[in-house]
Amino acid sequence: MRYSGLRVIKEALTGHKGWQPAWRDPEPQSSYDYIIIGGGGHGLATAYYLAKKYGKSRIAVLEKGWIGGGNVGRNTTIIRSNYLLDGNEPFYEYSLKLWEGLEQELNYNAMVSQRGILNLIHTDAQRDAFTRRGNAMILNGADAEMLSVDQIKARYPFLNFNDARFPIKGGLAQHRGGTVRHDAVAWGYARAADSLGVDIIQNCEVTGFRIENGSCLGVETSRGFIGGTKVASCVAGSSSRLMSKANMRLPIESTVLQAFVTEGLKPVLPGVITYGAGHFYCSQSDKGGLVFGGDPDGYNSYAQRGNLPVVEDVCESGMALIPALGRARLLRMWGGIMDMSMDGSPIIDRTDINGLYFNGGWCYGGFKATPASGMCYAHLLATDAPHEFATAYRFDRFRRGYMIDEKGMGAQPNLH
Amino acid sequence: MIINHPLLGPRDAQEFTFLGDASLIDRPDWEAEDAAEKFYEYAYLRDNPAGLHRELWFHETGDRSWLVVTRNTLTHEITDVEMASDVARSKGRSK
Ligand SMILES: Cc1cc2nc3c(=O)[nH]c(=O)nc-3n(C[C@H](O)[C@H](O)[C@H](O)COP(=O)(O)OP(=O)(O)OC[C@H]3O[C@@H](n4cnc5c(N)ncnc54)[C@H](O)[C@@H]3O)c2cc1C
Repeated sequence: MRYSGLRVIKEALTGHKGWQPAWRDPEPQSSYDYIIIGGGGHGLATAYYLAKKYGKSRIAVLEKGWIGGGNVGRNTTIIRSNYLLDGNEPFYEYSLKLWEGLEQELNYNAMVSQRGILNLIHTDAQRDAFTRRGNAMILNGADAEMLSVDQIKARYPFLNFNDARFPIKGGLAQHRGGTVRHDAVAWGYARAADSLGVDIIQNCEVTGFRIENGSCLGVETSRGFIGGTKVASCVAGSSSRLMSKANMRLPIESTVLQAFVTEGLKPVLPGVITYGAGHFYCSQSDKGGLVFGGDPDGYNSYAQRGNLPVVEDVCESGMALIPALGRARLLRMWGGIMDMSMDGSPIIDRTDINGLYFNGGWCYGGFKATPASGMCYAHLLATDAPHEFATAYRFDRFRRGYMIDEKGMGAQPNLH
Repeated sequence: MIINHPLLGPRDAQEFTFLGDASLIDRPDWEAEDAAEKFYEYAYLRDNPAGLHRELWFHETGDRSWLVVTRNTLTHEITDVEMASDVARSKGRSK
């Protein structure tokens, strides 16, 4: 069924009796050509592009819970391509371009909103660093603009411009950045993949791999063995847990990142803003809630909930930047488990086991990567060669000394 | 989280900074044949378990000692705290 404005009007006039489920609920078959483990944004996008762009069939997505229940449904929905390094910036800019055409491509309203992102500057050294980053973005075909204090005041008059320690001295803007309705991304890809014949199998946890003579023959699941010619791990925060079943140790630690939403307010924050003197970022959802977050909790965790010290830290940073924030009541907060890699950049690669592939290490920035990650992973699965924008995302970069360390933190995942 | 410091008693985890897996104590032998491979594993690969995890915490705003904390990553419950120097010594590392 194609969705359209006309369809909405027709259904409204006929009692909404014509809507159908957006995807099937199939029983698992005994084997597939492609098994994608994890029904998050990346897994569903991979399945979609495998079918659509690479013309493959006999594809299944296995999800242990319900699709969209992981980080794709827990993140703060920011998309952007404001990276510095060569391995990253072309990939994220490719992703942003895919976002720009996504809703037409999927025939699904994902509420892609290019309301702009603004990284605030508080010191002269930061201005130099952000100018360099803006130039790197422009060199890679992205958009970037340095804004003056007056330009920022016109759009965000309520910010704390004259803080004694951290006055606002300008900002790096990417006008094409913004937010996307995160659940709709999972649902849109699921519906589009399903209509191309992909089996989306929920409540199906992968509990092990069947590996013989160095080749992966399929997966053990809570619903029995499923054979697979190519098996693709795509489980974000659960990456180390899953790959340990194939006796692999990864350059990844899992930590928890929290997010916060206030009560609904009238429109006040037109774009996404990030604080440059502490870790705090904020946008306003279309329902009116201020959506914000900050530092991860900083220790290994699989608990999907954080602790109070980070809540205090995030709120303090928020108050330092937007004093009015203190008048809004916090409605909800939650945590998601992130696959923090050793250099803060992701991995899309084959493993040493034939037929077993890996996608992970997205840290707290993988939502914006969803379309490009799906495309690049599909390319790898279909052709056994890395996609042109993912050539740097190899496992062996750590052994070979080619880290992609945007923040220059070294092998310390909780600091990226 | 409250960390029960072996010398100072229960302290708020906020006084500490977190380094990571306590296997970082086991620095490989730089003179070994396979040192390059061992250092790659040491620096970059982690077990990252869901469950009990032995990890290094530094009492930065306290007595500046390093602790080995055994903590459940699924519940955040802390079950054991040792002085890292004792752990290292028991492995014949520190003097
Ligand atoms: C609080 C928070 C805020 C964030 N904010 C942003 C942001 O503003 N911008 C941004 O770009 N990124 C952000 N991120 C990061 C982003 O959400 C993730 O990097 C991205 O969603 C990860 O990819 P995914 O969608 O495929 O993961 P997920 O949705 O987590 O998908 C993985 C799936 O695998 C399933 N799974 C796990 N184990 C198994 C198994 N054994 N068998 C079967 N299925 C399994 C899980 O149930 C899950 O559904 C944020 C993350 C968090 C937690």
